[in-house]
Amino acid sequence: MKTNAMVKERSQLNEVNPAVNASTKRKFSLSTLLLHILLMIGSVIMLFPFFWTVSSSLKDVSQIFLVPPKWLPNPIVWSNYLASLQAMPFGTAYWNSFYITVIVVVVQLLTASMAAYAFAKIKFPGAGFLFILFLSTMMIPKQVTMIPLYMIMEKIGWLDTHLALIVPGALFNAFAVFLLRQFIKGIPKDLEEAAIIDGASPLRIYWSVILPLIRPALAAVGIFIFLGTWNNFLDPLIYLSTPEKFTVPLLLNYFKGLYVTDWALMMAGSTISIIPVLVVYMFAQKQIIEGITLTGMKG
Amino acid sequence: MRSRNALWGYFFIAPQLLGLLAFSLIPLLFALVLSFMKWDGFGEQSFIGFANFSSQFHNPDFWKALVNTVYYTILVIPGSILISLLLALALNKVKGKEIYRLIYFMPVVTSSVSIGVIWMWILNGDFGILNQLLSYIGIEGPKWLTNTKWVMPSIAMLSIWWGLGHNMVIFLAGLQGISQSYYEAAEIDGASKWQKFWHITLPLLSPTTFFITIMAIISSFQVFDQAFVMTNGGPAKASYTLVYHIYDQAFIDFQMGESAAAAMILFAIILVFTLIQFKFSQRWVHYED
Repeated sequence: MKTNAMVKERSQLNEVNPAVNASTKRKFSLSTLLLHILLMIGSVIMLFPFFWTVSSSLKDVSQIFLVPPKWLPNPIVWSNYLASLQAMPFGTAYWNSFYITVIVVVVQLLTASMAAYAFAKIKFPGAGFLFILFLSTMMIPKQVTMIPLYMIMEKIGWLDTHLALIVPGALFNAFAVFLLRQFIKGIPKDLEEAAIIDGASPLRIYWSVILPLIRPALAAVGIFIFLGTWNNFLDPLIYLSTPEKFTVPLLLNYFKGLYVTDWALMMAGSTISIIPVLVVYMFAQKQIIEGITLTGMKG
Repeated sequence: MRSRNALWGYFFIAPQLLGLLAFSLIPLLFALVLSFMKWDGFGEQSFIGFANFSSQFHNPDFWKALVNTVYYTILVIPGSILISLLLALALNKVKGKEIYRLIYFMPVVTSSVSIGVIWMWILNGDFGILNQLLSYIGIEGPKWLTNTKWVMPSIAMLSIWWGLGHNMVIFLAGLQGISQSYYEAAEIDGASKWQKFWHITLPLLSPTTFFITIMAIISSFQVFDQAFVMTNGGPAKASYTLVYHIYDQAFIDFQMGESAAAAMILFAIILVFTLIQFKFSQRWVHYED
């Protein structure tokens, strides 16, 4: 309705002074057209690698090395997928990545929001110092603690186990604590005070008042942790050595090491590794982009 | 009441505090101690003072890694910042912003290994699609990943492609944070589009630009995955980076002390950029007040 009214208004204006409006309108549409063309060329560049991966994965050896290249496979060959799945335990890798990521995200959100609540709302001796300590650790690049952590994992027998990925991921993320604390600090006092008057314990306030109120922040931080854990390469690389325990990125890297010259097979493996992530992205793109923006801004 | 509250405080931070100690603070102290020791990871350890650091400074591989990393950073940062800023400015203007955002952001969610493998095929010297496309316009493309001169620019190129969407959405958020009232005031004064861009958009976006730049520099200094997956640091160590050097010394040569010393040097470099970021962002906060 509103746009209709505006269009009407505009056309009336056009009638009043057609010459002026026609020229500004044309200039406007020409520059936007140019902008759209540039953005579309950019879009093609962004999408092309994905298209080419899928296209190559559906070709056989006689098609894939053709010069000049064929854009689409003809005939479509599905055998690369079967061969990839037979050569590598992609299903197991998916299960590994999936359950590791789910545990890390859920437990991390719980422990980080607990710490965040304490730092935001509870007065206790040493709180200021401990919070600064948390903040300071955000400056430490993970490559610095990588070697000692490897030695610690070796000492306690966690090498080549998923515990080496799950426990640190679930119990420590200073960035998540910091972000969630900022959100909890913004919650008005009277909401908790009502609960305190009702005789609620801090645990009850945390669970029934704070957690429901910071749901958007939890979603944003959760997405951030999800992507970081799912796509993590360096940690699985140093900790895991049995292919059945590999996560998806690590298995793809292993696969690459064995079949690097068989490009159709490689592209099928890459597609297998990418498609599920892209499907999730398509469905949750708004939340993912907003989550990354939010966490990226405050980093 | 107060002491009971304090107990609750410790209860709530306990899991993360444990994690902080076990997975960050203690390993950091351990790394620091390690950087002053000689240790192959298995046998005897001995304290050797600054010998690991001085051996790093006499190690041609260390310098090669440092130079490569700086070179990569210089290749990535200006291109990445400029393109993502232009994209954000464009998307802020046009219809269909959501579709473009969806497309440009897509590589961000994919793993470094998938991206690496895909680009190995695209950049393949003999059958890669990039060189075939270049041949249509009469250019004979180099062997991107096996040529010492082209390997770093190739990795930089795909890193820009990979991270573009991330910087773009942060720029977009920065642009949306600029109050419309500035533009309205400028329009009343008869400012042109360019004047508005130079005198309102660019200055008010500068904290965002600065933030993105520092963050991008910090992550550039930690580049590893792409080089590890695509080139193994080669050819002739032309894509051997600082983190690669740390990794190699620890897990290939088992020189834990040497590796820890190299890691400390990386830490120092990153700390400098972090402190710059910290100092300037504080200044901007005060400025806005």
